[in-house]
Amino acid sequence: MTEPYVILIGLEVHVQLLTRSKLFCGCSTRFGAPPNTQTCPVCIGMPGSLPVINRQAVQLALRTAVALNCTIPRSTKWDRKQYFYPDLPKGYQISQYDLPLSHCGWLEISDPKGAFASKRVGITRAHLEEDAGKSMHDEAVGRADSRIDLNRAGTPLLEIVSEPDLRSPAEAKCYLTELKLLLGYLGVSDCNMQEGSLRVDANINLHVGTADGPVPTPIVEVKNMNSFRAVERALSYEAERQWRLWQELGVRLGEPGGHKTTRGWDEGRQATYEQRAKEESSDYRYFPDPDLLPVVLPEETVESVRASLGELPAALRARLETGYGITPYDADVLVNQGRALVDYYLAVADACGDGKTACNWIQQGVLRWLNDRQTTIDAYPVPATEFAALLKAVLAGELTTSRGREVLAEMIDHGETVEQAMKRLGIERVDEAELETLCRRLLEANPKIVAQVQAGKEKAVGSLIGQAKKHNPNADPGRVKDICLKLIAGM
Amino acid sequence: MAITRDEVEKVSLLARLLLKEPELEQMTGQLGAVLEYIALLDEVDTANVEPMAHPLDVVDAFRDDEVQPSLDRERALANAPNRDDECYRVPAVLGVT
Ligand SMILES: [Zn+2]
Repeated sequence: MTEPYVILIGLEVHVQLLTRSKLFCGCSTRFGAPPNTQTCPVCIGMPGSLPVINRQAVQLALRTAVALNCTIPRSTKWDRKQYFYPDLPKGYQISQYDLPLSHCGWLEISDPKGAFASKRVGITRAHLEEDAGKSMHDEAVGRADSRIDLNRAGTPLLEIVSEPDLRSPAEAKCYLTELKLLLGYLGVSDCNMQEGSLRVDANINLHVGTADGPVPTPIVEVKNMNSFRAVERALSYEAERQWRLWQELGVRLGEPGGHKTTRGWDEGRQATYEQRAKEESSDYRYFPDPDLLPVVLPEETVESVRASLGELPAALRARLETGYGITPYDADVLVNQGRALVDYYLAVADACGDGKTACNWIQQGVLRWLNDRQTTIDAYPVPATEFAALLKAVLAGELTTSRGREVLAEMIDHGETVEQAMKRLGIERVDEAELETLCRRLLEANPKIVAQVQAGKEKAVGSLIGQAKKHNPNADPGRVKDICLKLIAGM
Repeated sequence: MAITRDEVEKVSLLARLLLKEPELEQMTGQLGAVLEYIALLDEVDTANVEPMAHPLDVVDAFRDDEVQPSLDRERALANAPNRDDECYRVPAVLGVT
């Protein structure tokens, strides 16, 4: 029996956009500066200061919204979201309420191992807003004080809200991975969770199957998850907790005791805990910010952004699968490494003419090397042209796979070309004609073996391979076997 | 009445204003009068009027993404009622990490 409920998950993702300066002032957005050294009258909310919109922030937000297949309205405006918190110096956050920069988009997710069917996850909206500052507990003075650093206040964020279309914690993780990959390809955010440039909140509840149809349980917003794995675990925990609670109390969404609550994820305890009651959106008393002018987004602007997006991960994966004959899993592995690695792969595959071989060699020869050194493809010592030359030699049977690996190791260690590395290893190319002559001679000298093969004992040819190796250590066993069998067949 | 006492109490809480008994009474009357005055606008037929996002007929005032010098930290912290060498200090923020 399957579980008698469906899980509904929607995600709110905040990403910091890669601008040099803040959303409404010229302060730097650089991470890690000493506290309160990147602030000005605008971002610390001094009376009389006025915000001016950063053009690049709007461009990056628009790029993302278009890539997420969103509808872009002709114009968008800014609203004040009021709440009191020490890290919010103005007493309100400049955000977008009823006319966001974009809405109604989708992102397609699929599991390369086929754990769930690929699906389109709805994007409710993606809008711009400014970040708040950072509050820190002062351990030294006990719990008496908090310290506030406003360097981050005013940094541009894009809030991307999904529809509750995700049906499992694994789908939620997959959505986040795909979104992060997309943002990386678009070059709009570095998505560094440790530095806070990507933050995730999740809304989750269950639809329990009953005789009267599905019944929704109270919605819980889960916060404080600092990795995608933590999101997956927190959501699994929360689904089980809600199921237990439903079985004990049977409270449905909207009933007394069934309002939306906020819970934090405790990584140490691997559990969620209740946080403050969530304010209703009316409690934020949104109203249009009179200090900021609306932004007009003409059709031409949107179209020129669309034209500049470049090839995005989904399209790239499809091209690798159909054009290069590699599996969805392998295409995913390559695309996840980023555009630079894919370009390297494409150069090698095009030059050697075999997409599968290029893929295998790059996963084993390149990705492992990069992973061991925690570096990226631009640090790889072998240029794509030389890598392709090596694969050509292997594909032509001039080098065995294991000999090829030795050559590659030489090329890496000494920065050599294929030719130089082969010379250093004392390997000489064995061309087809040379190999055939050798095989012919061996067959003439071993009529018994020929007879055995002709009698159906194909294995007998194995002893010829050893002899061939003695004559020429560079002879490829597979090639020798093939040539011998072909010659015998033609006798 | 355009606004109830309970609503005024709730709004005062959201605005972090502590109103005492007579003030609550007084604010309910005054805010009610303001709201009734604004409600006069409901009498205007706006069926064919475009919503206005901003009183100025200007759009797209942008700045380029260039870093400008920030305030010296001493000046930024100068008005803080409580501070240390690097940060503003505030009463403990509870319940949030
Ligand atoms: Zn500033």
